[in-house]
Amino acid sequence: MVSLTIDGRKLKAEEGKTILEVARDSGIYIPTLCAAESVSPYGACRLCLVEITRADGRKRLVTSCLYPVEEGLTVQTTSERITRDRKMLISLLLARCSGVKEIREMAKQLGVTESPFTKRAKEKCTLCGLCVRACQEVVGVSAISLVNRGVDRQVASPFYKQSDACIGCGSCAYVCPVNAITMEDKGGTRVLIMPNPEMEKVRFKLKKCKVCGKYWAPEKQIEFIARKSGTPLSDYEACPDCR
Amino acid sequence: MLVSILQDVQSAFQYLPKEALAEVAKKLEIPLTKVYSVATFFKAFSLMPRGRHLISVCMGTACHVRGSDKVLDKIERELSIKHGETTADLRFSLETVNCVGACALGPMVMIDEEYHGQMNAEKVSAVLAKYA
Ligand code: FES
Ligand code: FES
Repeated sequence: MVSLTIDGRKLKAEEGKTILEVARDSGIYIPTLCAAESVSPYGACRLCLVEITRADGRKRLVTSCLYPVEEGLTVQTTSERITRDRKMLISLLLARCSGVKEIREMAKQLGVTESPFTKRAKEKCTLCGLCVRACQEVVGVSAISLVNRGVDRQVASPFYKQSDACIGCGSCAYVCPVNAITMEDKGGTRVLIMPNPEMEKVRFKLKKCKVCGKYWAPEKQIEFIARKSGTPLSDYEACPDCR
Repeated sequence: MLVSILQDVQSAFQYLPKEALAEVAKKLEIPLTKVYSVATFFKAFSLMPRGRHLISVCMGTACHVRGSDKVLDKIERELSIKHGETTADLRFSLETVNCVGACALGPMVMIDEEYHGQMNAEKVSAVLAKYA
């Protein structure tokens, strides 16, 4: 256990935890966009900036989602400098994703309504990488990744084609904080659409429940689950409600 | 490790063929998404077939002020491609670079390993003709 201070509150924390985790556990709010409990931190959005003063008196700004707590650390979650930097960051995001409701709301919370930067038309994705991490770490298939670099960076599967690894579970759409990935089940098909038009639409055949007749999950996902859990495919003839 | 393997593949084929990327992923037992992500990140890698000769037109500051944009423009018109593209006959790929370290001789055009200094639009046709 280490002792540290966040916003004047003396706290004890388990070694190895990040500042963000400890702050959240203690009900201290730090704005974030690219952090989620179920996946490893990534440090993409930088909104979780905090100012730390280390035991030796040195002060600096760090991303709280990545910075592990240490003995004697003093953390400030708001200050003039932090506010200024966060405003800059959200202004950039707002310019990129001016049409995204969630970003506009977050900007407003941080006191920014208009971005001074040139707008990028119709961009939905913030490149937070949550979908990529969920796909790899939670689902364990790694069907999508961030490709290209700089202004061309995007979420896509290799060669912009539906990936063989994808099971159509829709975790990417579920985890996306700004709903940039859409998922729709219609008739017997699930369609997943990534936020860039170059990427092919991902389609999956859904399985029909033998009892109620409802389509309940992509066949490929069911095969994946059966394989992972070592249960026979015949266990999945009926949907969870009818089993 | 991944980067150096991709460099080897690229020097063998002049570009990174789709099948090769899949093979690299399989051999290294890493997801194809990871290989693709790295392959598309570095400008040195190309996923499209490249020409037999690579033309790099320097757009660095020194070359720029001496009119490298006109040289580039002339090459583009001569080959009917834009920079970043490859001619249909796979003879040339054209790209721009920022400084090749020979500023005193600008505008610089590099073709494969050869330096062509003090280039101008008039010299372009003759220089290109040397490469089959
Ligand atoms: S939450 Fe820390 S960088 Fe995004
Ligand atoms: S700027 Fe062209 S060689 Fe340096």
